[in-house]
This record gives sequence, structure tokens and C-alpha cells, in this order.
Amino acid sequence: MSYTDDNGPMMTVDGKPLKRSLAIALRRQKIRALLLISPLLIFVLITFLFPIASMLFRSVENDIVSEILPKTVVALSDWDAQSGELPGEIVYSAFAGDIQRAAKAKDHTRVGLRLNYEKSGMASLFKKTARKAKKWDLEADTPFKNKLIETHKGWADIAVWQTLKTHSSRYTSGYFLNSIDMRKTVSGPEFQPEDRQILVTLFKRTLIISLVITISCILLGYPVAWLLANLPMRQANLLMILVLLPFWTSLLVRTSAWKVMLQQQGVINDLLVALGMIEETGRLALINNQLGTVIAMTHILLPFMILPMYSVMQSIPPTYLRAAKSLGATNWTAFWRVYFPQSVPGIGAGSILVFILSIGYYITPEIVGGNKGVFISNRIAYHIFQSMNWGLAAALGTILLVAVLTLYWAYDKIVGIDNVKLGG
Amino acid sequence: MKYKNTVFATAALSLFAGLALAEEMTIVSWGGAYSKSQLKAYHEPYTANTGVTIINDESAGTAVPKLRAMKEAGNLTWDVVDVEAGPAMQLCDEGLAMEIDHDFMLADAPDGTLASVDFGDFIVSECFIPQIVYSYTVGYRNDMVGSTPPTSICAIFDTETYPGKRSLKKGALSNMEWALLCDGVAKADIYPTLETAAGQDQALAKLDTIKDDVIWWSAGADTPQLLADGEVVMGSTFNGRLFALIEEQNQPVSMLWDGQIYDLDGWIIPTGLSPERQARALHYVRFATDTQRLADQSRWISYGPTRASSALLVDKHAELGIDMAPHMPTDPANSKNTFLMNYAFWADYKDDIESKFQAWLAQ
Repeated sequence: MSYTDDNGPMMTVDGKPLKRSLAIALRRQKIRALLLISPLLIFVLITFLFPIASMLFRSVENDIVSEILPKTVVALSDWDAQSGELPGEIVYSAFAGDIQRAAKAKDHTRVGLRLNYEKSGMASLFKKTARKAKKWDLEADTPFKNKLIETHKGWADIAVWQTLKTHSSRYTSGYFLNSIDMRKTVSGPEFQPEDRQILVTLFKRTLIISLVITISCILLGYPVAWLLANLPMRQANLLMILVLLPFWTSLLVRTSAWKVMLQQQGVINDLLVALGMIEETGRLALINNQLGTVIAMTHILLPFMILPMYSVMQSIPPTYLRAAKSLGATNWTAFWRVYFPQSVPGIGAGSILVFILSIGYYITPEIVGGNKGVFISNRIAYHIFQSMNWGLAAALGTILLVAVLTLYWAYDKIVGIDNVKLGG
Repeated sequence: MKYKNTVFATAALSLFAGLALAEEMTIVSWGGAYSKSQLKAYHEPYTANTGVTIINDESAGTAVPKLRAMKEAGNLTWDVVDVEAGPAMQLCDEGLAMEIDHDFMLADAPDGTLASVDFGDFIVSECFIPQIVYSYTVGYRNDMVGSTPPTSICAIFDTETYPGKRSLKKGALSNMEWALLCDGVAKADIYPTLETAAGQDQALAKLDTIKDDVIWWSAGADTPQLLADGEVVMGSTFNGRLFALIEEQNQPVSMLWDGQIYDLDGWIIPTGLSPERQARALHYVRFATDTQRLADQSRWISYGPTRASSALLVDKHAELGIDMAPHMPTDPANSKNTFLMNYAFWADYKDDIESKFQAWLAQ
């Protein structure tokens, strides 16, 4: 329904240039599509991206000290922390005013708790001091240097003031340093004392155990996926139900079931003793250690490995194998040279899924991992729910997120993300 | 005071009556046999009287951090919380628990004695509404200790005489005291020792000697379960849980009444509730801590009531019909060698020592 004017652009019937008219129509379509997905988009934005961003922001945010002890922070800025001398009366009297106000507002525990993450003993120091500070007369009770040291000898410890000064800035790299077992001090970053170095070990352990779980999933899952893809429909469906069954059972139920199976008086140990394979006194420790975590998590994550493998294997035409054999290949050669390379994308997809899921796993290691089988995520949970050190939890979470993205990037470089297939 | 009480009760009730029917309140407690005793003695009669539905949340073990988090997030979902004395003082200090006028807000004893007199020294903080006296103690499997059943709390550290796993609380409280006690520190010196970094290290060093033999529990029901399964030879838990395991479930387990740590448990009401919710919480607490209700609870679990007037009413178990008095931590035969928990110490030092303990545990 358009006509061409020899001298001008192509026009539509209503006299508008066709190009513009088309653009308008396309834009309308786009807006409509966007409107259609907007509920999901807004939902993801509000419930996923925004909370994650605000949580990540906490890993550098550090306003508790400067908010609750404003005058002290200002007064401390003139004090040379490395001078080896205690700060002057001006700092002590500023602090006395701050702590009295904080005690009345019942805010003093927050700052004590914050500083206790850096130096053990700060929480009780603030609590004890604040209790007495409520009764001080700021005019008459000077000098506060003596008064404070009398109240608690902690105030005569230079390290206390150094900690206060170091952690009074509004933004801090302290949490990130903490998450790699270092700490911020007046003379720059330092390693934590040995009895506080645990997080790097936990990161390493998380990566190694996750790798072991991924490999066990591949070894256990590959034959099952192959069977699924090659059995007649009827049997394959039955097998498929067996694979999917764990998906339909609650995670907690499955994990608790492993507890019953693996404990020392549990089903497996009882069976082995009954069969005479182990002594009554030599029952195996299968739970509350790393082995327990590996066993239970391999079971729980196995479907995530089998399903992508299965869908890839299903798309490999059986004729290829037959062709290889008719050309004289042995069973092994036909499998290794023809079938296996074609199933690699399935292994890749499954491995990424299992590995990424497992480095963030929390509840299963918590229940069956005991002391040595817990992950970095359990430590994050501890800092969120118990120690209230959200800054450190956020820093650990950020590192975990970056680690996952890096691994994904490395995988893309080495294997190529095009080689990952979830199906067909 | 009687007049004031009546005015208060009427005010609370009228506020209460103004609320919509089919109300709900969330009460936080410890789960298991303990929650059952509260359900039977407090919740069921309260619901029958008022129609309020009570939701039982079992996360009392992490009440302090959770209440801190709720304040941080500005979303308070709990109405009444069951905590030990130490955490109650901590929450009071931080302004997270509301201050209670015990005589005004709680019921008098039947003979007219004021609540503050009836509870006496058990009111350890102005926010704390006492409920029970209990003990952290140790239970052991009769069939796994050979011919010499343990008689001392230090059996926990004696892996030579009593080989096998033991279950201990995944927290500093109770373990630190026992570690020092069994490392030869005199009872009176334990808390002063724990105040110092060297003392804390000494306790952790003692715990180090059995670290590989310990299964750490976080829920009160864990140790009874582990004992019943024969997974551990001994384990620490609350004396009422062991009572349930031994008397109600007839497991081959015995309880050690030595060096048990004597503590209090009670209610707090979080600050920041809306006036209606606060009135309801106070109304509930007034009901649940009167003389009869506290005595009723001791018919379901072996924890001593904190009211002097209730102690007189302690009777037989509601289902088993056995005398409850000999099972109470307050019974003279059981309290020959007790260890009194220093709540004030833990209110000040919990954050310090707990973070140190957890770091030690993770290593």
C-alpha cells in the first residue's frame, strides 16, 4: 500500500516516510515486549539485584565508629598513632562525652562489637566503661584521662586507641583484608595472628572439596546418563524417575537421611559389621568430616550433572558409533574417539552447574560436615547470623562471587562457552 | 499495689478486647521437650482463654544476634522471647528488650506477695521476667562407660577412661567454665581467669585436648538424640532434656549431677512493638508467669519454677505420675557440687569470648 515518489523517500499511505513509520511500529513492539516482561524485571531488580548491591556495599561501608563517637574521631585525627604515646586529655575528654551519650542512647554495644571484630576484648571494654560513664559529670569529673584509665585499664593500652583510630574512617578496606586473613593496622596491612587465620584455609577447602564433588558426580553420572540415553524408552523413563526422585524430596530430608546412613551406629556401619568386613570397635567415621560432606553433596547434586549430560547424549546419532565400528574400530576406540568427544559439552555444562552450586552450599556441610567439612559459606552464615559482622560476610560474599565469575570466564577461554549445551 | 494491678489488668484487657479476633503472636523458645512443657502449661490454656493463636518459633538459641538483625533491618517479627539470664542482660543493655515493672506488670502470688518478692533474686535485670531454673549438665550411656560410671564432670576430658565421642555445645558458654574447672582452676577464680586473654587461651588449650573427640551441638535436642543413637558416650545438654530421655523414653542413659552449671531462663519482650502487640505480649507474660502456670510447667519438665510460691506446688509428672521434686536442679541431693553461672560476666564478655571460641573451632 505504498507508492514511490521519484524524488523523495518511500512513503506510506498516510504520507509519512516508510522508514519512520517502520521505526515507530518497531518501537511500539519493543515497548510492548518490555511491558510484558516488566513484572519479572521489576521483581528481579527489587528482590535480587538491589539487595545484592546493598549487601556488597556493606563490605566497604564503615560508619559506625564515626557516627557514634564523632568528637573522638575528630580529636584522634591530631594524634600520631605511631608515636608510642597515649593520646592527650583532649581525646580522652572527647571520648568521655561521646561514650556517655552513646550509653544513654544504648548505642555503645554497636561500636564495641564493631571494634571487637578487629581486637578481641573491645566489646567488654565498651560495655564496662559505658555502664560507669552514665553517671559522669562532664564538667566536674575532669581530667578524664585518669578517670577512664581508673575505670578500665584498657584505656591505658595504646593498641586500643590505635584500633579506634584505624577503624574510624567512613569507608574501609579492612573487611577485605580480614577476609584474606590480614588486618588493617596503623602501619599498614599485616597478617592476622596465627590463631585468627582461618578464612584462606576455608576458601581453599571449599574449592578443593567442590572439585572432588564435581569429579565424583562426573564419574557416577556419566554411565547413568549413557544408560538413560540408550535404553529403550520404557526402561529409560523408569530410570529417569529414579534420577528425578531426589529432586522431589526436601533437601533437609535427604541430608538427614545421610546422617542416619553414615553415622557410626548407622545403617552402613551396621551392615559392614554384620558382614564381618570391619570390627565392632573399628567402625568407620563417615560423617562429621570431609568425607560426609563429599558423599552427601555428591548425592544431592548428581541430578544437575546427569540431566545436561543426558540431553546432550540423546542428540548424538547412534549411526556415528555404528559407522566407526563398521570401519574397524574396537568398542573402546569407537567410544573414546567418536562418542566421548561429542558428549563433552554435556560434561562441561554439568560441571559448571555442580561446581558453582557446591561452592555456595551451606546447609548440607553444616549438618554432615562436622568441623573439618564446612565451607566458606558456613562462615558467611556465622557472620550474618551470630557475630553480626555483616561487613566481613559481605566481603567474603563478594570474593566468592568474583571467584565464580572468574572461573566462568576461564572456562569460556579454555573450553568455550559455545561448547556448553543444556540440551539438543 | 492491688489497685494498680487491677487498673493495669483492666487496661491491658480492654486494649486486648479491642483487637480483632483470631489473633496471632510469635513466641520464641527452644523447641523439643521444653517447648512442649510451655505448650501444655502456658500456650494451650492461654489460647483457650483468649482465642489468640500462638506461633512457636524455635530460634531462642540465636535470639541476641537475631534481635540485633531485626533492629538493623527495622522488621520486628517476634512478640515474646525466651532467653537465658545472660542474654537478657545483654539485650537490656542494648535497648533491645523492654524494661519491666515487675510488681505492676506481673501477677501477685495467691497470698498477695508482690511479684518482685516472690521472684526475689531471680530478677537479675530490669528487662528479665524469670521463668525457670535449669542446669547445663552431662548425660552418659550406661552401656558405654564400662564398670566405672563417671562421677565427676571432668570425665568429659578423660578420653582414656571413657573413649568415644562426646557432644558439647557449639558455643563458649559452659565449655569454657568446665575446661578451666578441669584444668585445676578453683571455682571462685574461674570468672576472673576468663576475663583475661591468657585465661581464655588456657580454657581453649584444655578443650584442644579433646577437640577431635567432640561432636558440637547447636540444638537442645541434639545431645539426647546422639545419646539415644549411641553415637556419643556422653554429652552436655539441659537437665530437663536428659530427664525426658531417661524417664519418658527409658533410654539407657544416666545424668551426672556434678559441676552442673546453674542458670536461669525467662522471658523478655522486645522493644519497638506496636502498642497493641506490646499489650498482648504483656498480657501473655502476666498469665504465663503466675504462680499456678509456673508450677504447671514443672509437671512436664524437670526445671524448677522461679517463684517461691510455685515451688510449694511442684507435684507429680502430668503423664508419668512420678514425683518431680527429686529431678529438679534445685533439689539438695542434686546440688551438692553446682557451679553458679555468672550472668553479669557473660553479659559483658559473651561477644569477646564467643568470637574467640568460634575462631578456635573453625581452625
